[in-house]
Amino acid sequence: MAKLEIENPIVQVNNLKFYYPGNARALHGIDIAFPEKQVTALIGPSGCGKSTLLRCFNRMNDLIDGCRVEGDVIIDGENIYNRNTDIIELRRKVGMVFQKSNPFPKSIYENVIYGLRIAGEKDRSLLDERVETSLKGAALWDEVKERLHESALGLSGGQMQRLCIARAIAVNPKVILMDEPCSALDPKSTARVEDLIGELREDFTIIIVTHNMQQAARVSDNTAFLFEGNLIEYGLTDQLFVKPRNKQTEDYITGRFG
Amino acid sequence: MAVLLEHELTDLKKKILELGAAVEGRVKQAVQALVTGDCQLAERVKTGDSEIDNLEIELEEECLKILALHQPVASDLRFIVSILKINNDLERVADFAVNLAERTFDLDKEMPIECPYDIARMGELVERMLKMALDSLVEQDTVLARETVEMDNEVDTMHRENFAKIKEAIRSDLKRLDGLVYYLSISRYLERMGDLATNVAEDVVYQVDGEIIRHGGIQ
Repeated sequence: MAKLEIENPIVQVNNLKFYYPGNARALHGIDIAFPEKQVTALIGPSGCGKSTLLRCFNRMNDLIDGCRVEGDVIIDGENIYNRNTDIIELRRKVGMVFQKSNPFPKSIYENVIYGLRIAGEKDRSLLDERVETSLKGAALWDEVKERLHESALGLSGGQMQRLCIARAIAVNPKVILMDEPCSALDPKSTARVEDLIGELREDFTIIIVTHNMQQAARVSDNTAFLFEGNLIEYGLTDQLFVKPRNKQTEDYITGRFG
Repeated sequence: MAVLLEHELTDLKKKILELGAAVEGRVKQAVQALVTGDCQLAERVKTGDSEIDNLEIELEEECLKILALHQPVASDLRFIVSILKINNDLERVADFAVNLAERTFDLDKEMPIECPYDIARMGELVERMLKMALDSLVEQDTVLARETVEMDNEVDTMHRENFAKIKEAIRSDLKRLDGLVYYLSISRYLERMGDLATNVAEDVVYQVDGEIIRHGGIQ
């Protein structure tokens, strides 16, 4: 497998195997490392395991009864599959933005500080400050600063997605996982989210799953191509899209698959 | 999507080969016109250049359209980028063929003098390089492409020798200066054609292997 050498990765995955209920293996021993404060895209056809892999990084798959994980996922020095891992703390450290924006039926303000509230934060001035910095960080502040206490459900689709990004960064995570964050957005909102990803990489490590190859090419530093639960090729995005080393990668990105 | 792109790429390849064949023909005619002093043939080379120019523009527009509409990557992207460059190089070769044709007219006006080197031989070598470069493009044959690149050394050496011979001839008989200067420029045009055939071959290697071999590759 064509591999990318990474020094001091923030996320290190060793021989990761994942089984859905009924022992259906979706990941066949993945080894991959993600560099800090860079954007890495996971691409591959439907069912290749890219979303499953992403969901292993904050143990979202734990919500599926009867699934099983083997191997290590070490994030910021800790194996998150240790028995004593604090899942709440893990998901604070590893935030997630989903395909469909999922704001809570609360005000814009309450949406942003939701994670801090759960963590018991009560300091009003700290919460105010975090709302402002997070919304600014998500490039949404100017659009909503006059209506912070109105319902988040009144925002446009693109704004809702950026609100979810604000909510993710409000708890100051190390890693942000994005699962097809733009698939439900129009081109203009997509461009705003993509620009935002470019800005967020200054402070966060981003791992993004996308079906949109051009998007992967535009926003990411590194790209990993998965197929049938295996990591086929992992390399610098600009190299992978100009001169992939693997025939399967070539066939997939040029649309000649199968 | 892939099928549509595949059609576009096939069309593009057909068009570049059409251009290649036309350019090859022009070079052959231009050399023949020079060697035989056939001004009518030279005139045909000159007037036929607009056809090449139009083909070049058509090809470039085609490439830009595919880039904009299909946003190709990997080997498809390398294919289109190299076609863009090869297109330009072939058009330049045709321009040099026109330059050769013009020298046929110039020499026709001079008192006949013997060329101090073998134009036909140098012309043949350049024609062969061009043919090999285009064959390597058709066959996607990087071995042949690399052989073409190697051949350019022979043409370069020939040009250097021609240069020395012409200098010598000028020294020995200044009255022949004008004609000899024309012969010098002919050698130079042929040498440049060899360089452009080399560029085409180098782009074929890039297209197929993704390796840039120009200037000895990346240091």
